[in-house]
Amino acid sequence: MSNRTFLVVFAAATLLIAGVVSYGASSSPDGLDSATLRGCEVVETDAGEELLGDCIARHATEHRLAGSPLADYAVAGRDGTGGLAGVVGVLVTVGVAGAVFLVIARGRRDRSAASAG
Amino acid sequence: MDVNPVAMHMSDGIVNAPASLLFGVIAIGAVAVAAVRARSELDERTVPLAGLVAAFVFAAQMVNFPILPGVSGHLLGGALAAILVGPYTGVLCLTIVLVVQALLFADGGVTALGTNITNMAVLGVAAGYAVAVALRPMPAARRPAGLAVLAFLAGFAGTLAAATGFVIEYAMGGAGSGSLGAVAGYLYGTHALIGVGEGVITAATVAAVARARPDLVYLLRGARLREVAA
Repeated sequence: MSNRTFLVVFAAATLLIAGVVSYGASSSPDGLDSATLRGCEVVETDAGEELLGDCIARHATEHRLAGSPLADYAVAGRDGTGGLAGVVGVLVTVGVAGAVFLVIARGRRDRSAASAG
Repeated sequence: MDVNPVAMHMSDGIVNAPASLLFGVIAIGAVAVAAVRARSELDERTVPLAGLVAAFVFAAQMVNFPILPGVSGHLLGGALAAILVGPYTGVLCLTIVLVVQALLFADGGVTALGTNITNMAVLGVAAGYAVAVALRPMPAARRPAGLAVLAFLAGFAGTLAAATGFVIEYAMGGAGSGSLGAVAGYLYGTHALIGVGEGVITAATVAAVARARPDLVYLLRGARLREVAA
């Protein structure tokens, strides 16, 4: 498989996972979250969901960026936008990571020149 | 229903400020070392795959799989990244994913970034890669099935190492009145199951890449170089 074909297939699989497969994700809390919720009961109130009882999660503070446009993997808090948020996350991640890794790879090539100058 | 169905990482407030600060310093130190040492793993040929591996980990972390009634798990990706692009680049991949999640998706606290990076980007990568390197000399590791088993065990070990990080942090500065033993017991029980899922995803992904482009798999690259040198 050529380098370009391989990278295109890898990128397409990544976008498919974030944009489509993510809709099939379990909405149950993960192992860490459920550990922090043990001992508490989640009840619906007028103000939303509330924790009753004694558990680690009661000490968790609200995320300081909870109001940001992509908070909780949704676009502007709208239902059903998780796939779009995931695709944005993939593009941002590959952009940031690609830039960081390119700088590191070029630093290696330019290292001798930089140390001489 | 749970309070925050899409949170995947530690929130702020779970671990107190002194412990958060300590693990923040540990994380910054480890990431700085990784940034320097990653030079030996990255060249312009491997940069595109390294960038895509970070994005793949981000995407795969979104897909929670059920492990018990009402409890799920998701890929952490440390062993996966280390096997494909190298341990130091792997630390940077996971760190970038965690920073993007915390700052853009409000997932994982900002103060908790140090603990989350220590657990998943440092401990998860280190343990996963250590297991992969330990198993690499076995003749079976050069066959596709053997490589898949190696990747499975590396993923499993990386998950338990990340859970161990949380247990240590909780022991040092955890909030809440639950006993450490109970928290640790529950955490290891769930993460043994999550580790099986992590192992399966790691094995499938590494096997697919190794079938398409074995020359791009960092772990195999190192093995070949050693054989040539020997």
